Amino acid sequence: MVRIEWIFSNLRFDPAKPLLNVAVNTMLTEGTSILSASQIADQIDFYGAFLQVDYGYDHSQVTLYTLNKHLSSTLPVIKDILTDSIFPESELETFIRNQQQKLQVSLQKNDIVARRAFNKAIYGDTIYGLGADFDDYKTLFRDDMLWHFKQMYQPSNCTILIAGKVDKKALELLTISFGSDWINPTVEANTTQPELKAAYEHLYFIEKPAALQSAIRMGLPSITRTHPDFPALQVMNTVLGGYFGSRLMANIREDKGYTYGIGSGISSLKKGGALFIATEVGADVCKAAITEIEKEINLLKTELVSEDELSLVRNYMLGSLLGSLENVLSHADKFKNIYFSGLGYEYYDQYTQVIRSITAEEVLQMANKYLDLDKFYRVIVGKY
Amino acid sequence: MVKFNRFTLDNGLRVIVHEDHTTPMAVLNILYDVGARDEDPGQTGFAHLFEHLMFGGSVNIPQYDEPLQRVGGENNAFTSNDVTNYYITLPAANIETAFWLESDRMLSLAFSEKSLEVQRNVVIEEFKQRYLNQPYGDVWLRLRPLVYKKHPYQWATIGKEIKHIEDARIEDVKAFFKKHYNPQNAIMVVGGDINAEQVKQLAEKWFAPIPAGEKYHRSLPQEPEQQKERRETVTAKVPLNDVYIAFHMPGRLEEGYYEIDLVSDILSRGNSSRLHRTLVKDKQLFSEIHAYNMGSFDRGIFVIEGKPLENVTIETAEAAIWEELEKLKQQPVPANELTKVKNKTESTMVFSEMSLLDKAMNLAQFELLGDADWLNKETDKYLAITSEQIQKQAQAIFRKDNASTLIYLAEKVDLVSS
Repeated sequence: MVRIEWIFSNLRFDPAKPLLNVAVNTMLTEGTSILSASQIADQIDFYGAFLQVDYGYDHSQVTLYTLNKHLSSTLPVIKDILTDSIFPESELETFIRNQQQKLQVSLQKNDIVARRAFNKAIYGDTIYGLGADFDDYKTLFRDDMLWHFKQMYQPSNCTILIAGKVDKKALELLTISFGSDWINPTVEANTTQPELKAAYEHLYFIEKPAALQSAIRMGLPSITRTHPDFPALQVMNTVLGGYFGSRLMANIREDKGYTYGIGSGISSLKKGGALFIATEVGADVCKAAITEIEKEINLLKTELVSEDELSLVRNYMLGSLLGSLENVLSHADKFKNIYFSGLGYEYYDQYTQVIRSITAEEVLQMANKYLDLDKFYRVIVGKY
Repeated sequence: MVKFNRFTLDNGLRVIVHEDHTTPMAVLNILYDVGARDEDPGQTGFAHLFEHLMFGGSVNIPQYDEPLQRVGGENNAFTSNDVTNYYITLPAANIETAFWLESDRMLSLAFSEKSLEVQRNVVIEEFKQRYLNQPYGDVWLRLRPLVYKKHPYQWATIGKEIKHIEDARIEDVKAFFKKHYNPQNAIMVVGGDINAEQVKQLAEKWFAPIPAGEKYHRSLPQEPEQQKERRETVTAKVPLNDVYIAFHMPGRLEEGYYEIDLVSDILSRGNSSRLHRTLVKDKQLFSEIHAYNMGSFDRGIFVIEGKPLENVTIETAEAAIWEELEKLKQQPVPANELTKVKNKTESTMVFSEMSLLDKAMNLAQFELLGDADWLNKETDKYLAITSEQIQKQAQAIFRKDNASTLIYLAEKVDLVSS
């Protein structure tokens, strides 16, 4: 089998028409001038293949999983949707109606509401900060989508990644469909994005009087993978909340029993990154949980990590890296991480080097440099 | 094709070895033949709570996670109504650490009061997070007792109520361990960049000294045939109405299981499936609709779940679902459509062989069902099914008197948007 990904940079975010990137991507399977939505589905499903569209903060993509023997039947469908999608009016209506219904369910989930509020605060009115609202769907029009599609889904804005049983035949078939006769239109894809601008307000409390649990999300803008500190910051993040044995899990779940799960993470995007902590805790212990989170952050900034804990985290991270290279698809995923950050393979050498050699002092420095509680954004959804 | 060796230790532990030298990793998976169905009706949720306690230290190893993370490993576990499954993945060079950890907790736990107290709280928070504090989160707490009146599938793995978890005592934990956690009730699969001979030696070294324990003989009350249609309507603080229709269906090893599993694909797999195409796209009655089967070992549940659009009445929505089911009963599935779902099943099997952990879990589950090699015969069983057989099973299952319908009616709540 092979997995083929067609990856496109999103077009510049337009606050007046915020949903274009996501809507165009999601509706790529909804019809072309020769294939209806159901014909596309039939063709893909009949050959036991899987076709996925995924919208991300920086890129949107189309992914095909197929047995090699069916490539010649499935590739032409992808070619068709990437060159000739027409976003039929009736399908657009269905899309909007169904998305609005799903949104109603999402907005009842505290963790989702917290994530939306947090992203909005950290990233401002940009593609990263977007949390679609009911009214945003009213700004979706077919003509805009067609224009957006034409600009974005063109070869000069596309990276194709093929992984799996990649043989001569597979590459030949891929070249037939996506080689020299896939032509760029005259208009260029504008993939620049406005600068991120974090909000002035740092505290957001969205009250849900009937909540049994409160969702907490807190953190601040941070560095991205291209920054030299990034691997060391990942070590610090792992100590804090990046694995099951982390400080946050050990204290807030395994000692206090306040939550089913708590973790911290770093999101590294093209225009900027964020470091965040997320959890859902018993509504009655929300205050106590936040106190404990802050206590753990302060500890990291004031006390050296013991050699025992640090060596454990080192080994865990190296094992995890090895585990993330389990099969050919995960190799391709690792490649994507560096490729789209403009980095080379030496990044992983450097990453393992840092993990092996990092000292407790350096972890402490990272905590002081990147965990300024005064700059933290705090979102609580539920009861406080 | 997943190749493997297998052997049984004198104490009854069944061991399966699957070599895969394309990965630098190894996996050690242990399946215990105990699930929520084996619980006392007055102490539900116990198998799952117990799973949490398996990480609270064993007789000679105070901390389970720490030494594993120290050798670059990761672990997790899940409890279903049928089984409890634990797995470790780690760099293959460190495989012996996994043997050491797993054998010690099969030998005996630390039974710490502190661990019990904390994990009771953690599981109560899990109960709230997944079942109570989510729109429609309590669906399985309602649907299971509607479908099952006698069989212990009538409660969810999380348990019937929080109180059962609050009430768990250390004596109960000890008794549960003694009853279910011993070599005779377990199947171990070791896979990855290891070799069979090495695994055999390690298994002897670490697991052979564990006493065989008592064999648990399962004898569960069987669910009597449903006699008439069942229905429950709840008005809840949910944003949209939601319709669930559940049917009793054959168990994992019973005749008709594969047919009904294919029916779920025909109805709901992919955008070309019948329910999506007819009810979401053509008739525009639902915003989303799904059909699935739970894969239960004993007689299971086939579920259809859909959220009607706001202008569609529950009656219309239900009638439209039944119309699709009637079609399955009255007309054989066309050859093309049958080929389509079979192709999908076949490619899914190929794709799942990409993952070492999936292979290990599947081998363990099939060995428990009867023979690990059934994993390799699975595709052929699906390919052999005919349209007539599907029609016959559809006729047997999709009857009103075999249906339990649960309706959520949306009570209008203030929407907080952000």
